[in-house]
Amino acid sequence: MGQKLLMKGNEVIAEAAIRAGCRHYFGYPITPQTELMHYMAKRMPAVGGVFLQAESEVAAINMVYGAASTGHRVLTSSSSPGISLKQEGISYIAGAQLPAVIVNIMRGGPGLGGIQPSQSDYFQATKGGGHGDYHMVVLAPASIQELYELTVDAFNISDRYRVMTMILGDGVLGQMMEVVDFRDEEIIETYDKSWAANGHGNKREHNMITSIHLDPAVLEQWNIGFQNKYKLISQNEQRYELFNCDDAEIILVAYGSVARICKGVIKEAAAQGIKLGLLRPITLFPFPAEAFEKVLNIPKAFLTVEMSSGQMVEDVRLTIEGRKPVYFTGRMGGMIPTVNDIISKVKEIKEKHD
Amino acid sequence: MFLHEIIIAGFGGQGILSAGRLLAYAGMLENREVSFLPSYGPEMRGGTANCMVVISEESIASPVLNSCTALIVMNNPSLEKFESWLKPGGVLITDSSMVQKRSNRKDIDIFEIPATELANEMGNKAYTNIYLLGKLIKVTGCATAENFEKALYGILSKNKHHMIPEEMDVLKVGMDY
Repeated sequence: MGQKLLMKGNEVIAEAAIRAGCRHYFGYPITPQTELMHYMAKRMPAVGGVFLQAESEVAAINMVYGAASTGHRVLTSSSSPGISLKQEGISYIAGAQLPAVIVNIMRGGPGLGGIQPSQSDYFQATKGGGHGDYHMVVLAPASIQELYELTVDAFNISDRYRVMTMILGDGVLGQMMEVVDFRDEEIIETYDKSWAANGHGNKREHNMITSIHLDPAVLEQWNIGFQNKYKLISQNEQRYELFNCDDAEIILVAYGSVARICKGVIKEAAAQGIKLGLLRPITLFPFPAEAFEKVLNIPKAFLTVEMSSGQMVEDVRLTIEGRKPVYFTGRMGGMIPTVNDIISKVKEIKEKHD
Repeated sequence: MFLHEIIIAGFGGQGILSAGRLLAYAGMLENREVSFLPSYGPEMRGGTANCMVVISEESIASPVLNSCTALIVMNNPSLEKFESWLKPGGVLITDSSMVQKRSNRKDIDIFEIPATELANEMGNKAYTNIYLLGKLIKVTGCATAENFEKALYGILSKNKHHMIPEEMDVLKVGMDY
């Protein structure tokens, strides 16, 4: 393999974006994501790219809209309150069918909330956030290596389908360091960008990029196109990890840094004679329904663990459709569930079903 | 099994986070799996700071610790907060210049080093954490002095490399204290 480095999550995302051919970054600082901007400020000029600290998150996302319209790879990043500010722009970019990548290193909300890690933006990321019938592809890495690989993938997925892709992490992933193994050479897929609004010296018809269609019949056709695209994405792009599920009494469902904690829970439970498995969604949109079908008959119950009041658990229930009991445990506001928290919930569930 | 779950805690500005990064880097050079998780935000600037480092032969489940095998504390509040996190048989290392309280636990190994005073005598406060790290690598075996030295070269900026021989002397004092 290539180059092994000990790096911080936020910095790895930035480096991965540059390796994926992204040369345009627009953002506004916010904890716990700011190191991503620092890294971009240093590296972008060195690779001939554009780094711009905008006057606000709203300005930054509209700069993304502009740069994406020209067909270039573009990135913005923020944390929860800043992502809320960007929602109008996200909806416009979705409406204009532009590829772009956005990073949300989540912190506790609502409102200005706090700065500690959280997963309470799941609804916002996967169900909309902005107005209109649109989706982003949402990727949920759980390690520094995966932050790297999924950031590169995010640009390819965005270009492949002309959609926005969100990397959904949290303060733990943004701030922690692990070893990342960079490939010597990045696989950058190239796609037809003849739709782009770039200079052509009047040699062809003008390309028009817009999200406004005042004739409802026309707008409906656009929307049908979007929905067909999301269906295709759902068929092609579901990703997940199944860990230790083969003879699990209870399967934990968790993403991102909480999935890591759950792996610790599985070890600890095994020492106590309890067999647990983990279903870890890597794509949150499309939600990995395939994974649930594979393991549905194995456990007595599923237990979803989140750093939220219970958001992803709704998709777990919609997928399982009452065929198995689904439980939830979580912490909010920047608190991180402990191994013991989760094991006591497991024991409570076990008592009910043994 | 080779598994070291280490917490380093104290005031912001005592070199807590750089100590953690050095350890993780040294662990990487040992070809171990490593993770480093710092506290972040306002507590880094004058409040309490801590970091969690895991060095393991197996892939690391969670970088977030709820207990530890080794603990370095550099102020009183950190001892109060984390003392109970140490697993039986664990290692507690305190900067006794700063930590007046003593642990009553009988199921752990306790090492006290007046690191701040020793560093002041050397004329460089930045060496404080190196004394403590010396003791840590000696008694836990989580990394070797050779790889610790390489970590110093890997992490410190070039204009500080001339200090590394002296830092290695400090490390050895800590190891043998």
